[in-house]
Amino acid sequence: MKIRAQIAMVLNLDKCIGCHTCSITCKNVWTSREGVEYAWFNNVETKPGIGYPKDWENQKKWNGGWKRKADGSIEPKIGAKWRVLAKIFANPDLPEIDDYYEPFTFDYEHLQKAPELEAFPTARPRSLITGERMEKIEGGPNWEEILGGEFSKRSKDYNFEGVQKEMYGQFENTFMMYLPRLCEHCLNPACSASCPSGAIYKREEDGVVLIDQDKCRGWRMCVSACPYKKIYYNWSTGKSEKCILCYPRLEAGMPTVCSETCVGRIRYLGVILYDADRIEAAASVKDEGKLYQSQLEIFLDPNDEAVIAQARADGVPDAWLEAAKKSPVWKMAMDWKIAFPLHPEYRTLPMVWYVPPLSPIQAAAEAGKMGMDGAMPDVRSLRIPLKYLANLLTAGDEAPVALGLERLLAMRAYMRAKSIDGMIDASLAERVGMTAEQIEDMYKIMAIANYEDRFVIPTTHREWAEDAYDLRGSCGFSFGNGCSEGETPSLFGGNKSPKIFKPEEVA
Amino acid sequence: MADYANHLLFGWYPYLCLTVFLLGSAIRFDREQYSWRSGSSQLLRRKQLMWGSNLFHVGILIIFLGHCVGLLTPIAIFDALGVSHSFKQMLAIVVGGTAGLMCLVGIVLLTQRRLTDPRIRATSSFSDIAILLMLFAQLLLGLSTIFVSLGHLDGHEMVKFMNWAQGVLTLQTDAWLNVVDVSPIFKLHLVLGMTIFLVFPFTRLVHVWSAPVWYLGRQGYQVVRSRKTLPAGE
Repeated sequence: MKIRAQIAMVLNLDKCIGCHTCSITCKNVWTSREGVEYAWFNNVETKPGIGYPKDWENQKKWNGGWKRKADGSIEPKIGAKWRVLAKIFANPDLPEIDDYYEPFTFDYEHLQKAPELEAFPTARPRSLITGERMEKIEGGPNWEEILGGEFSKRSKDYNFEGVQKEMYGQFENTFMMYLPRLCEHCLNPACSASCPSGAIYKREEDGVVLIDQDKCRGWRMCVSACPYKKIYYNWSTGKSEKCILCYPRLEAGMPTVCSETCVGRIRYLGVILYDADRIEAAASVKDEGKLYQSQLEIFLDPNDEAVIAQARADGVPDAWLEAAKKSPVWKMAMDWKIAFPLHPEYRTLPMVWYVPPLSPIQAAAEAGKMGMDGAMPDVRSLRIPLKYLANLLTAGDEAPVALGLERLLAMRAYMRAKSIDGMIDASLAERVGMTAEQIEDMYKIMAIANYEDRFVIPTTHREWAEDAYDLRGSCGFSFGNGCSEGETPSLFGGNKSPKIFKPEEVA
Repeated sequence: MADYANHLLFGWYPYLCLTVFLLGSAIRFDREQYSWRSGSSQLLRRKQLMWGSNLFHVGILIIFLGHCVGLLTPIAIFDALGVSHSFKQMLAIVVGGTAGLMCLVGIVLLTQRRLTDPRIRATSSFSDIAILLMLFAQLLLGLSTIFVSLGHLDGHEMVKFMNWAQGVLTLQTDAWLNVVDVSPIFKLHLVLGMTIFLVFPFTRLVHVWSAPVWYLGRQGYQVVRSRKTLPAGE
């Protein structure tokens, strides 16, 4: 057993209102630069839909993730190592920028400088790649916002597999949900496995998956291998970039920008302890439907004395072990089993999990249009088909998702009885295999969602890992001349690496 | 005067080019690794790249390896193996010519794409276009030397180049004398070839150094990095 810790995330889709604040704040901080205008480390999709980039879930087309071979071992779906190298000159599995969208701006200046005209001046779109006029914008990062576009196109959504989808195209039967997406910081990342340069790595201390910008050579195999299409090729610098889980903030004990700014308070960050020696076995189980369970099995109980002792021996700091005991992610994923991984069938063991949405269920039940199971609505006759959620979150296994939804319903029923009828109905909790105390705790963390309950992030103590003296006043991630003003063109072309200042230069 | 030019171009220029090539690459790798990349434009336009890039790269790799083996293997080894000069000359013409044609088709596709596709043109740097045109010219010169070589099937001319290249690398001051009387097409090919080495560190060509063959030998798949130097439980 080799115990490592990871900062994992859970998103409570039940509370996502699709406001895109996460995407915008992320964009402003990390990708408002030439070359990555089209890239959204965090984006919010309306489901059902084909998403961004278009049809990203269709691995028959993109070959993302892992495949299990006949001998029981796994290799990246884009191919074995020699096959990856054979694709290096031209990668047949690489999306083109039009599969995302051609980035554009508008001629805002024209609004101010236009001469007197008969009609109002307009700001017409212009490509951010060529600088040419774009007559028609044909895509965007959220092209299907609130079910935009025809059902025939949206219904190519991969999660409709095994669902009689025709009826959901009708207005009265339609359903929708939001799906915010970011890098999954997987335990078994396919991007890292397929990087010929070895530039993509997982940090042992906190599990963040990063691309070493100096070592990346732009072979772009990671873009294909990532089944979530969350690695973006920067066409200006020739390097791949991805969500960094705002690691400079995490190291200081702060939540990521997307989590911090989430107005619905849907995001949770916490420590998960896991057994690094069992990653490969967990990712290699034969039945795709069992991958969710196999991932649960390598998460380790932070209250178990044997785990604590081994974690200490493996170098996990005490502050992290304490944080793991209070981790909201552990509670939702393991104690309550209401959070699920996104597409576990890709075999990457993702670490950004989702609580399935409930609101449409409640609404339909209240209108009396749904079967009731005693005092509670029957989750199997929901507006959002259970099969659809299961395809999204558990590789098609409906039972765990159904139990998760029932527990969310039980929490509502219990708290309604408590606060409106003034009575404690412990049987509501017991029916779904929980205790009244658990339900109350769930309510505190899920519904009240205080800042300190949502984000339990121990600091990294970088000062212990390296001599921080030289880092004083140094420049962060930047381009050109680092933090100083002006541009000096490099003899070698391209952008310069960030400059590190000496302490005396800063004073 | 002609002697002076020959001495300069084939006696001194190779050392200038080799020095800048090696030192420039080392400095760029050390100081500016962020700029060290293949510079792929596939994301912006897939069209013509699948055929163009594959043909170009496979062709040019065969040509490059052929030049290395052909020019730098000591003649004594060929003699010991019983490889005659005329056989080697024919081999060079056939293999080099075939790979050259592959490379030519590839580079035509790539050049047309780079110069005419609005997205690729707008995002190309001066050095991207310049190095492509240089390689194109070098390839055409190389292919046209085949017609000269067809007149020397005994391999005698080729030996001159081997002696020159090996003489340069072994610091023989009179190596340049070997190529004084070869066809001007060869001379142009040599000078442009050396110039490509000269500009190499300043272009995207540096990605050649990074050909990731080591990937084949990587144990397992996952890469984990730690910067921890903490005592346990700290």
